[in-house]
Amino acid sequence: MSDHVELSNLTKTYTTPKGPVVIVKDFNLRIADGEFVTLIGHSGCGKSTVLSMLAGLNPITSGGIVLGSRELTGPGPDRGVVFQSPNLLPWFTALENVQLGVDQVFYTASREERRQIAEYYLTVVGLGDCLHKRPTELSQGMRQRVGIARAFALSPKMLLLDEPFGMLDSLTRFELQGVLMELWTRNHITALMVTHDVDEALYLSDRIVMMTNGPEAFVGEIMTVPWSRPRDRKSIMEHPDYYRMREELIEFLNVRAYTLKGQEPHGSHAAPPSAPAKAMSPVPSPANSSRAPDLASVA
Amino acid sequence: MRSKKLIDLLVLPLFGIGLSLLIWHLISGATVSRVLPDGTTEEIKTGLVKDLPGPLMTWEKTRKYVVEPFAKREDLDQGILRFTWYSLVIVAKGYLIALLLGTPIGFLLGLSPLFTKLFDPIIQILRPVSPLAWMPLGVVLFAGTGKAANELGALFTIAICAMWPTVLNTAVGVRAIPQDYLNVARVLKLSRTQTLFKILVPATLPYMFTGYRLSLGIAWLVIVAVEMLTGRIGIGNFLWNEYNNGLYTSIILSILTIGVVGFLLDRAMSLLERRFKTA
Repeated sequence: MSDHVELSNLTKTYTTPKGPVVIVKDFNLRIADGEFVTLIGHSGCGKSTVLSMLAGLNPITSGGIVLGSRELTGPGPDRGVVFQSPNLLPWFTALENVQLGVDQVFYTASREERRQIAEYYLTVVGLGDCLHKRPTELSQGMRQRVGIARAFALSPKMLLLDEPFGMLDSLTRFELQGVLMELWTRNHITALMVTHDVDEALYLSDRIVMMTNGPEAFVGEIMTVPWSRPRDRKSIMEHPDYYRMREELIEFLNVRAYTLKGQEPHGSHAAPPSAPAKAMSPVPSPANSSRAPDLASVA
Repeated sequence: MRSKKLIDLLVLPLFGIGLSLLIWHLISGATVSRVLPDGTTEEIKTGLVKDLPGPLMTWEKTRKYVVEPFAKREDLDQGILRFTWYSLVIVAKGYLIALLLGTPIGFLLGLSPLFTKLFDPIIQILRPVSPLAWMPLGVVLFAGTGKAANELGALFTIAICAMWPTVLNTAVGVRAIPQDYLNVARVLKLSRTQTLFKILVPATLPYMFTGYRLSLGIAWLVIVAVEMLTGRIGIGNFLWNEYNNGLYTSIILSILTIGVVGFLLDRAMSLLERRFKTA
């Protein structure tokens, strides 16, 4: 059911009063069938733009995207999207929100079957008791659970996640990463997720795609995450390679995201929010001589 | 806490009403008879506003309309609520037409920039026209219908005056729909009809109801003017007749009734409005 996806020479240009601005230039990436890829980069580097072009919500300036054997031309329910804010419709209950999409995709199924599909996914994300609650009665984390259920319930060829846990507190974020992994492990839907949390990327992905800074951002480096699945958060964090890989990602964000573009790195300005800025400053200085202990305390 | 609420909601407003009645009483005029030294009597008017009947006098003279509010003695001599009922019926009809016309026009304005460019100027020109100006046109337009001309003219006037808040608020509501909701519709490839009824209408409802409430207020304003002009029986017509008869106490009773009914209609609509605010 799931499919591979190929982004070739994907380019996005916005026309502004000051002339055209190229956000993303010649972005190339192939995601294998059933692979989970995360896209990391600084805020505003264009990673969400790539995702929204894949979702079909943002027109492609040049280049193209092929999903399976079909070139994408617009949005469609063959791609399940989990937005940063869950975007639930407040006048519908949790069940109705999920069923809205299910009704679209499984229009040949009976009404009862479609309701069962929606109920099943809501139960899997842990909302079996809240089927008939409206979004205003649910916590932020529960709403995002509905968002995840809605995307999976479409049985999409591909899953697109746009910083889905960015607005949650860290405990809830851990919980929902677990929920996402549990659902994903069942049928390995090809997935692309945008994040700027390096720990999240390491825990969830098969590969991590690092984007350079914008404008004219492109794929800087790609890191393969070798650990087998299902993964246990604790044991991968204790893995001897974990901090080396984490450090490499942060190093990319702080230095090579700039230098690959011929820009001057400036660490404090560019610190990603997932780790204390002090621990990540690329330029050694007396202030961060305590680097190693700091990193340990993050874990 | 509870008693504070009671004071705020009941005691203070009642006190305010009492105070207003007192002021009314104090400034109103009265007629008193005086015996002159030559033995004849003379009637003189006293008080700050000599021709304003006071609250007690108003009550005395208009009692029969109030204590038997639904009585029908003659066409022009009926209980006050019976008159009000006639007016409410015609307002309801005209208001319904206003909503049925105004809501789709509002949606078109909100959805289509072209429609806005075409018709927004005309709407802005027609909107401030007084009901008193529309009424003669309404009667003339339906003159061919004979007996029904007055009623149809009245409906036309109510509808065309009351529809603008609905039109404008609906349009604002449609334009304010978050892009996020529309993205959901696009990602799921909802059809146009589905998008309209599952996304656009529910998302616009709170704005629509604000429009509906304001429209109802205007419809109720218009009816009084319409009845004065056409002679249709109702509360506005009663007021006008009693003015011609020189019975000022009845005018005051009518004003108070119109005000209370308008207030109750607005309260009822805002309760409805709040129900849809959750959306």
